Amino acid sequence: MLVTELLQTTPDPAAETALTLPDYDPETQAALFRYLLRLGDSVLILGQRTSEWCGHAPVLEEEMALANFGLDLIGQARMLLTYAGALEGKGRDEDTLAFLRYEHEYRNVTMTELPNGDFARTMVRHFLFASWMVLLWARLQSSADPHLAAIAGKAVKEARYHQRHAGGWIVRLGDGTALSHDKTEAALDDLWPYTAEWFEGDEDDARLAQAGIAPHPSELAAPWRETVTPTLAEAQLRIPPESPFRSHGRWGRHSEHMGHLLPEMQYLQRAYPGGKW
Amino acid sequence: MVTAPDAIHAVLATVPDPEIPNLSIVDLGMVHRVTVAENGAPLIELLPTYSGCPATEAIAAATRRALAQAGYPDAVVRFVLSPAWSSDRITAEGRAKLEAAGIAPPSCGGAGSDDKRATAAPLTYHPTIPCPHCGSRNTEPLSEFSSTACKALLRCRACGEPFEYFKPI
Repeated sequence: MLVTELLQTTPDPAAETALTLPDYDPETQAALFRYLLRLGDSVLILGQRTSEWCGHAPVLEEEMALANFGLDLIGQARMLLTYAGALEGKGRDEDTLAFLRYEHEYRNVTMTELPNGDFARTMVRHFLFASWMVLLWARLQSSADPHLAAIAGKAVKEARYHQRHAGGWIVRLGDGTALSHDKTEAALDDLWPYTAEWFEGDEDDARLAQAGIAPHPSELAAPWRETVTPTLAEAQLRIPPESPFRSHGRWGRHSEHMGHLLPEMQYLQRAYPGGKW
Repeated sequence: MVTAPDAIHAVLATVPDPEIPNLSIVDLGMVHRVTVAENGAPLIELLPTYSGCPATEAIAAATRRALAQAGYPDAVVRFVLSPAWSSDRITAEGRAKLEAAGIAPPSCGGAGSDDKRATAAPLTYHPTIPCPHCGSRNTEPLSEFSSTACKALLRCRACGEPFEYFKPI
């Protein structure tokens, strides 16, 4: 009874978050909108993927860890997409952006939409991603955009916890049994080429770097490699060789998996438009 | 705008955290600022804890309801993201209430403090988080994530009881 009452009185979160929009020129504003989608979609889609583990994790502790990973990521996505919608000024809120776009309109990095695979693969993906996000959020904390800096101030702490937890599993699995080592190594070999996309920039990235709003993606390539290398070494895993493969999720060109993920994620809003809890 | 009267703070101190009901939002340090507009409407700015905390909206609703019942029906409650909430904001009273509820309070500074140990290794650093039941420091971590986003699960080797630990962040 109490819970029902609370949920029915839940107001629109966009309206209850104080949001003073900065005064940007139209090009910068549009570039920041697209940047927020790239970031927000990446954490949204990885949050959706991670939540697929609910009820399937190998042990209870990891069940909770994966659910909490997903919760943190979707919480970050809400803040980013709410801001993106406000900045765009066309009345789209977090839900409209999350649930009512088509595949080519999503800007998440491709790795986040790949199927979970086994536990090793999920943890390798999470470790690589969280290690990147720790660096990115840390830089965004001093963004010239105050709202993005505020979001980063919250998210960086969560990303650190994710990185540490997933990193612990990389070591245990990589330096574990022959079977766990092989599975972890196979996951690393498969996933590593998808990281190249994270460090490639375009004119939006150049513009935002110029304005001090976000670091240019290429600036994080070397620090990221330095961050993940000790953990991979401790896990007895070798860094895969450079590959010519490039994914292009940040540009809206997705893998075949995205088209299967979206119907499940969007089902409720597509079937019952405007449905609320 | 004028500084808020203590009466509003007293109302906020009655709003419980839905997941740790013996703590109020004041105990948790979630109240960033309280101001009163010229027309008398209080503006309450709250700091959300974890990004994905599902209790956030319930807390806003409960705050509005408590203020309305206390005679402030036009109170505006909203969340601000800066400064980022940190476990350092939990008050001394809040820490005592956590212990009373069987939850070990954060044992070192969070990300906002100069104490960088928490963010370096939130659990492995603390081999001796004291048991809130018997006080023994002979405890071990069981699970880095627990029933809510803000807690981890530990066990006391002395009294055998599991207990939750509020993570420093």
